[in-house]
Amino acid sequence: MLFVKSRQLVIPGDLLAKGDYAAGENVYKERGGFYASKVGLVNFENQVIHVIAVEGVYLPSANDLVVGKVVSVGLSEWVVDINSPYSGVLFVSQTSRRSFDSRKDNLMDILDVGDVIVANVLEFDRTRDPRITIQGHELGKVTSGYVVKVTPTKIPRLIGKRGSMIKLIKSRTGCQITVGQNGFILVRGKRVEDEALAVEVIRMIERDAHTSGLTNKVGEFIEKARRNDW
Amino acid sequence: MSKIRKKLIGKGDVRVDGRKPGDLRPIKIEIGLLERADGSAYIEFGKNKILAAVYGPREVYPRHLSLYNRALIRCRYHMAPFSVEERKSPAPSRRETELSKVIRDALEPAIFCELYPRTVIDIFIEVLQADGGTRCASIAVASLALADAGIPMKDLVAACAAGKVDGLLVLDLDDVEDKEGEADLPVAYIPQMEAVTLLQMDGSLTRDEFEEALKLAVDGCKRIYALLKEALRGRYLAAGNVVREEVKKINGGGS
Amino acid sequence: MEDSSEIISNIERKRILELLSQGKRLDGRGLKDYREIKVERGFVETAAGSALVSIGGTKVATGVKVEVGEPYPDRPEDGALVVNAELTPLASPTFEPGPPDEYSIELARVVDRGIRESKMIDLEKLCLVPGKKVLVVFVDVYVLGQCGNLFDASELASVLALMDAKMVNYVVGKGGEVKAKDKRVPLPVINYPVSVTMARIGGDFAVDPSLDEETVADARITVTTDKDGNICAVQKGGVGVFSMDEIMEAVDIAVEKSQELRRDVLGV
Repeated sequence: MLFVKSRQLVIPGDLLAKGDYAAGENVYKERGGFYASKVGLVNFENQVIHVIAVEGVYLPSANDLVVGKVVSVGLSEWVVDINSPYSGVLFVSQTSRRSFDSRKDNLMDILDVGDVIVANVLEFDRTRDPRITIQGHELGKVTSGYVVKVTPTKIPRLIGKRGSMIKLIKSRTGCQITVGQNGFILVRGKRVEDEALAVEVIRMIERDAHTSGLTNKVGEFIEKARRNDW
Repeated sequence: MSKIRKKLIGKGDVRVDGRKPGDLRPIKIEIGLLERADGSAYIEFGKNKILAAVYGPREVYPRHLSLYNRALIRCRYHMAPFSVEERKSPAPSRRETELSKVIRDALEPAIFCELYPRTVIDIFIEVLQADGGTRCASIAVASLALADAGIPMKDLVAACAAGKVDGLLVLDLDDVEDKEGEADLPVAYIPQMEAVTLLQMDGSLTRDEFEEALKLAVDGCKRIYALLKEALRGRYLAAGNVVREEVKKINGGGS
Repeated sequence: MEDSSEIISNIERKRILELLSQGKRLDGRGLKDYREIKVERGFVETAAGSALVSIGGTKVATGVKVEVGEPYPDRPEDGALVVNAELTPLASPTFEPGPPDEYSIELARVVDRGIRESKMIDLEKLCLVPGKKVLVVFVDVYVLGQCGNLFDASELASVLALMDAKMVNYVVGKGGEVKAKDKRVPLPVINYPVSVTMARIGGDFAVDPSLDEETVADARITVTTDKDGNICAVQKGGVGVFSMDEIMEAVDIAVEKSQELRRDVLGV
């Protein structure tokens, strides 16, 4: 028996259902009842009840694409801020450097504190910090652009069904947009104005993620901005 | 010359501020008002004005405090020097240290700590103006800040005090009633678990009075709980990110 | 700089410098513009005077308390002014609970200097019994949100709280005893200091620096002026250096902007 409707806003402790269901994301089961554990929108997928949270930290998952910032340099690895309580660890063996001799070479010459990178998460199990890699196509150090930070739970909305939303923003602003699963989004455009527009749109989607008709709103917003621009 | 004690309950069981014995003080809530914090909330509970901020889950410093299988919960309750009539020194007092602990003990059972091993969830409470019942209001505003931060919880935690003033059992004591009354019983309650997570008492009550006061306090907790949920709902349903939730007085038929 | 443990990304640093060279800032402001300033006066009744000031996301609450105490030994006929600042852990992920550190002490002393050196409060009028009893004015600065420029937010909140403060009217009886009368009276306020803080980034001054600008800047300067435009306090911070011309440029900017703040925020 369901006590809520699809896409209804729920609060921690709200009773969602009783009976033959399974607890999905941000839902827990106790004494036969299914309850929300975070503020968010209820979603039913067959018999699984999820709550799409409005806020929450990023927990790394293997194969996630992330955008990060180097915060410290060690002897054979860097520590990278990936917007998570668990910092990413990048070993020099996971860069494109063929050989590294710690007696001659300096890690700082490859990547220094403050450098922004696009990386992939290799593995993570919560008992130790996640390992990341920058070996791979389109991974590595970033030399220009703007990084905007959004709540990680809004990333699916930003990407849209089969990437439709993010494709819309890319084509209408002319920017390259790398969406990190961790909520860091790298925007690179030819002009600063294009980047600023893309950033505005991203912030708007984050703010209104839980509302409907978002695709239209985004289209209208870009239209209006373009008209003022030209 | 002995001090003539003011009467705290007048004719018709009216309290000093005009309330009936079962009335809660008016409550105003604002959520998400601090930009840097992961979650934040502000409450006005009668004359109490209290701000809470949550940071976390985040890396634990110093490292040796980290727990291998769950998040550490830290709580700091602090009163600003200008929050009370006589200026209070900014240094933490023994009372603030005790309250920090009991508030943490009240909130922790509601948090899914096992989901974030080796991290810390920091709860910071700052009392800007105090008028009795600050620990209960602090638990409420901290619950809101935790929910605002997206910390997974079994339920919100609500708290309320009951007590005895001039021989009468009353709900939600203000500062005068707490200081001059016969007993004060603050209680925190998690409705979904039907569990009491904070329980303190000072004063003198018979066994039956205690039971009645406990029931009264838990009932107060349930009423406050409904308001907290309403405030969280309002924050996301209304336009814009910060909603000043003007919560109407909920003292309809209480007595 | 404040929040030195915040690490700014290299591409953001680059972006801030690029924009500044065109006279622009990340949030679209001009070099001399303040962010939106919001004020809530008298937000706590338990204080004699109080004010909550927001500049952008920066939030500072100040409460003023006036109590009877002893004068400083070197100034037996003056009331006392005590300014304390707390960088509460609510305000930033990098603020930890604990006794005041060098940042909160610097903040308190700069705010104090502005009030004291402009003679905002006529301390002589706060003497009750010379050498024995005076009124002590406590100004407690509580930083609740750190998004850059704590100096100006703290100074504004403190000045507003002092302007509005209503203290107990103390009178001295024939035997030298101090009695409190019912009526509340204002503090003897005769001046209105205003501080203007700017970060020096590259070769430019950015007034009311945001958190990112403070992190990128190599130096900052705070200039406090009184109602007649006289300089009453200056504080240079950060490891960068200033030329004499740059200092005078900062002073001129401060004199100009403080007039606006005095008029628009303090209302005097």
